Amino acid sequence: MQANYFAKKKRNTLGFIAILGAVTLLAIIITEYNVVKGFTSLPKAVEWGLANFYPTQESLTKLPDILDKLIETLLVSIAATTTGAVVALLFAILGSNTTRVNAFFGGISRGIATIFRNIDVAAWAMILLFSFGQSSLTGYFALFFGSFGFLTRAFVETIDEVSSGSVEALQATGAGYFSIIFQSVIPSSLPQMISWILFMIETNIRSATLIGLLTGSGIGFTFNLYYKNLNYDVASLVVVVIIAAILFIESVSNYVRRAVL
Amino acid sequence: MEANEQLTTAKQLLDPHLPKKIRIKTLTKSTVISRSTLIILALLSVYAFFSFDYKQLDIGEVVLSTFANLKAMFLEPHLKHFSFTHALYQVFVTLGLAFLTTLFGAVIAVFLGLLAAENLTNKRVSSVVKGSVAFIRAVPTVLWVLIFAVAAGLGSVAAVIGMTFHSVSYLVKAYSESFEELDKGVIEALQASGANWWQIIFQAVIPSSLTYMISWTFLRFEINFAVAIAMGAAAGAGGIGFDMFMASSFYLDIREIGAITYFILAIAILLELVAIRLKKKLKVNG
Repeated sequence: MQANYFAKKKRNTLGFIAILGAVTLLAIIITEYNVVKGFTSLPKAVEWGLANFYPTQESLTKLPDILDKLIETLLVSIAATTTGAVVALLFAILGSNTTRVNAFFGGISRGIATIFRNIDVAAWAMILLFSFGQSSLTGYFALFFGSFGFLTRAFVETIDEVSSGSVEALQATGAGYFSIIFQSVIPSSLPQMISWILFMIETNIRSATLIGLLTGSGIGFTFNLYYKNLNYDVASLVVVVIIAAILFIESVSNYVRRAVL
Repeated sequence: MEANEQLTTAKQLLDPHLPKKIRIKTLTKSTVISRSTLIILALLSVYAFFSFDYKQLDIGEVVLSTFANLKAMFLEPHLKHFSFTHALYQVFVTLGLAFLTTLFGAVIAVFLGLLAAENLTNKRVSSVVKGSVAFIRAVPTVLWVLIFAVAAGLGSVAAVIGMTFHSVSYLVKAYSESFEELDKGVIEALQASGANWWQIIFQAVIPSSLTYMISWTFLRFEINFAVAIAMGAAAGAGGIGFDMFMASSFYLDIREIGAITYFILAIAILLELVAIRLKKKLKVNG
């Protein structure tokens, strides 16, 4: 019996490893990934980075310009997240199993959120580029759609998790739908929601860099400009500025999270 | 203190007309912070809307044209510059990039995650690993890819290595947190029986957090699929993202973007369904 168990376990593990190996091989062939180059390029990249990729005295003159773009990017990310969160709250209340009006609307609002979530922000940026051109609004709407989709899912889970008991209790006392929402559901899920919103802002700042690269706006464009001109010392300064901004926002949101949750 | 409270309640009982104050909402630290966070975010958003660089866009016109574009995109998709089989193949290239990244990331992250778990190493090693991982996470993926592209050239190698950085840092955080949840008694019991570090890891730590690790890894695979599309577009990594970038920036063909979006959407929703099913199955077994 026991021998059987170990034999089976061994067989399962071997089977799993074989499948994993086969899929890996397939993936390497299909993506034309060069394994040797993969390993050799790592030390090469480090060497190059140490030799070229650091800010110099001259690049510091570009700092005000970079900070300007950084602030623009931060503002776009924050605005997209907060407006996305407001819409997401509405959809989450309609979509959550505890607070939905009926199953039909619940299904529809969750379906809409699923579609918006699963189209990546980069894809949204390329779609919106057609009508909005190279303005801040392209990035704003791309981030808005992505945040809306993600936050709806997160808020639905929060509402389900936090307030199913209290909703039932309030329904038993005869409270109306809106008083249940405003007196119980929103206050009790607010801390979790704030935590999700802060997480979304962090994510959006990173995505904003990518969108900026694609649509030619914000800090991503600044990086691309210097990178394409082989002006690596300024490009590295941009990276340093981004790191500083993200770490700063992470620490602020960690502080808020610890106080709120 | 307690006696005083009893006194006041007694007084209130004796005198029913004494005004009783029921304070429901107290201004605790957490409510103050949560409210000020919301207010600050709202103010920043309002300020952002005023500071946006609108480039003289006529909002009404732009919104209308966006709707027209979305309609053309989703209702009249077509493939003009490449065939259906090519698109399908490119989707698999993107999936392949995501898979390789997740695999490399997971393997590295298991080891770093063990070092980052406070109960398996000491506090100093743990905080060093966690700190460097947070630093890696702060650099956006696309910048990692572009930085590597200088050394390795644009292509799948730079994309996979650059994306692996983020996967590692994400998974180290997830893995180490699930390792740290392991009961202290289990480790102590194994140590007392003379098991060495590796035996503890492979017999207790990893088996007990395996279900968590699998669901986090699969979640990362989902994310990596989306990231791989973006890298195809922004860093020339190939795959369906590159086709989308070409359709968007060179052919200016909104209907082709629509067709590609359907491909992406189909795979992404499929992955999400698999993830939900996986989670349920693991919960039943675990």
